[in-house]
Amino acid sequence: MRYGSYGAGIMVLAIMTAVGLFLAIRGAQAIRVAGGDFLTEQAWEPNSGRFGIAAVLFGTVMIAVIAIAVALPLALGTATYISEYAPTGIKPFLVGVVDLMAAIPSVVYGLWGMYWLEGNLLPVAEWISTHFGWIPIFRVSRFDPQDPLATPTVFTASAFLAGLVVAMMVAPIACSVMREVFAQAPVGEREGALALGASKWGMIRSVVYPFGRGGIIGGAMLGLGRALGETIAVYLVISPVFVINWEILSTGTNSVSSLIALHYGEASNFELSGLMAAGLVLFAVTMAVNFGAGIIIQRSRSGASS
Amino acid sequence: MTTAPAPAGPAPAPPAPESRRNLAKIRREDVLRAVGAASAAVAATAWLYTQVLPGRGALAFGLTAYALFLVFFMVLISLDEGRIAIQDRMAGVVIHSAAIVLLAALVVVVVFTLARGSEAFKHLNFWTDDMSLAGPLDPLTLGGMAHGAVGTLMMIAFALAISIPLGLACAIFLAEFPSPFARVVRTVVEAMTALPSIICGLFIYATYVLTFGLDKSAFAASLAITIMILPIIVRSADVVLRLVPATLKEASLAVGASRWRTVTRVVLPTARSGLVTAIVLGTARGIGETSPVLLTAGYTTYFNFNPFSGPMVSLPFATFTLVKSSEPSQVARGFGAAAVLMVMVFGLFWVARRLGGGGAGVLSPRGERRARAASARDARRFASRSAALAASRPGYGPAQGRVPAPEFQAGAR
Repeated sequence: MRYGSYGAGIMVLAIMTAVGLFLAIRGAQAIRVAGGDFLTEQAWEPNSGRFGIAAVLFGTVMIAVIAIAVALPLALGTATYISEYAPTGIKPFLVGVVDLMAAIPSVVYGLWGMYWLEGNLLPVAEWISTHFGWIPIFRVSRFDPQDPLATPTVFTASAFLAGLVVAMMVAPIACSVMREVFAQAPVGEREGALALGASKWGMIRSVVYPFGRGGIIGGAMLGLGRALGETIAVYLVISPVFVINWEILSTGTNSVSSLIALHYGEASNFELSGLMAAGLVLFAVTMAVNFGAGIIIQRSRSGASS
Repeated sequence: MTTAPAPAGPAPAPPAPESRRNLAKIRREDVLRAVGAASAAVAATAWLYTQVLPGRGALAFGLTAYALFLVFFMVLISLDEGRIAIQDRMAGVVIHSAAIVLLAALVVVVVFTLARGSEAFKHLNFWTDDMSLAGPLDPLTLGGMAHGAVGTLMMIAFALAISIPLGLACAIFLAEFPSPFARVVRTVVEAMTALPSIICGLFIYATYVLTFGLDKSAFAASLAITIMILPIIVRSADVVLRLVPATLKEASLAVGASRWRTVTRVVLPTARSGLVTAIVLGTARGIGETSPVLLTAGYTTYFNFNPFSGPMVSLPFATFTLVKSSEPSQVARGFGAAAVLMVMVFGLFWVARRLGGGGAGVLSPRGERRARAASARDARRFASRSAALAASRPGYGPAQGRVPAPEFQAGAR
């Protein structure tokens, strides 16, 4: 018995280390050739020796940041609603619905983004870029608001769209962590605040949010980790480019995982190591984010296990 | 544990844990203000859109109307309340709307997929046929996605056949035999939950397919899925196992049970519902994930019942491939496959909620009835035994008329 479970532990450890080591060894081969350029080069032409992940990594981070910027307020609001405002009768139902949302396959979100959101988002993107174009990231240089014949197609398949789709996927994950932490805020402190004359919002702001700060940050970072690694939903909605595109509303972005999904098929042996190296960097980033989230959640006063 | 016998004699009742009172209440004025502000906002936006700003799109209309609604609502409150009340009500409105937006997005995603998919899955052949006879231009009355469903089930079955025994044994190792080595394993497993799913696929593709030269097949795909869900299952099973009360384990060890017996007879049954939930949630993740399958299974339009050779397609992979086509009937089939997949995941999720509602040691109503019946049986056995003893040896046994009261029976709360 003891040896059986020891064996299982060793085996799981072996599998996991094998994956990590294999990635590292195969990836190192490509990184050795590319050297320091691997992190700064934007193009992806491994067979001619010019390749790097600057553009794809930038796209990945950009999509994830947009996703978290949208998902964080939604998740925070929904978690606060479920924990503080919702009638007792529908609370379990709402908890179930949010957990269910986290379980919907990513390809379904991809379909939704591709066929529903993209068409509905075009006028919004156009509106934002027309009226807020003076903010650098909302500028779309290929779109001239004065030109009545300007086509809105420059707004399709943007990082903004991909970020919104991913936001819908990560909001439930962040929300359930936050809700659990909020529910643990001590009753005595809540009622103390109310007894001192705080309004409901005053109580939430001075008791629930400070108590749950670790959960808020940790939940958002868990969502970020998921957003960084998302493949299929992003792959379906973006049109890949290999340049750093700061204009989040305009067509063209990329991500590490869609790079892998796009190129693995016709990859030469060496390009495959390049893809592994890209995957390795992505893995390192997600792992750092996840561990950071775990530490923040554990160190916080609520100490919720995620 | 609810099955422990109730303590004899009146024990001082432990202080009940403080329970939260629900302070959510709806004020009439707030409802009136909200309705007023909302109708004013819709009317003003409609006017703006037709007269002043020629805007386009329903989403842009909604955003403008919402911004106006917030402004009007604030003005209405400020007519009779102070700053603190304004902040309170505005925060309430913003929080309500965040919840509504998230839930509405969920409803849109689900309804949109089902509606677009119903075009394909309302035909019976969608459920029974593969695509071998149906080309991209054929109508939806020809061909179906049954081969995808077969593939999905086969892949997840193989993945679970590997990851359930391995994952549970590893979780038992982590939770029951703590050691420095177990901590290392736990850290590595936690790190691997961050592994992006496409990399699982890439790993199997590079080793199983390229290095060993084996076919892309359902087995390769299920290996990739295994690598993806194994850390998820181990981690959540570990959390559940650690919730089993230490007093139960110590009681079992104290009566002389071995470690192995304690695990099989006490720990696992106590944590059963949580373990099932862990497995089912891992399954839901594994069933819906496309990227490991994308690299390892290979696309096909035929039924393939041999998991070890030849390409085999799964529902999410079929969806992914079909919706990239420009042919409307192919897209409709893709949506149909996505809808079926989504319903499968919902079904699994429902099962998980049914089985794993409570934490460790909390019984379902049926389990509670069973435990109550068992202890009633025991009580009857004890009573008949002591009655027999009393009959054989006068002066022994309980005093006349004292039979075990029903509320003494364990399990009653």
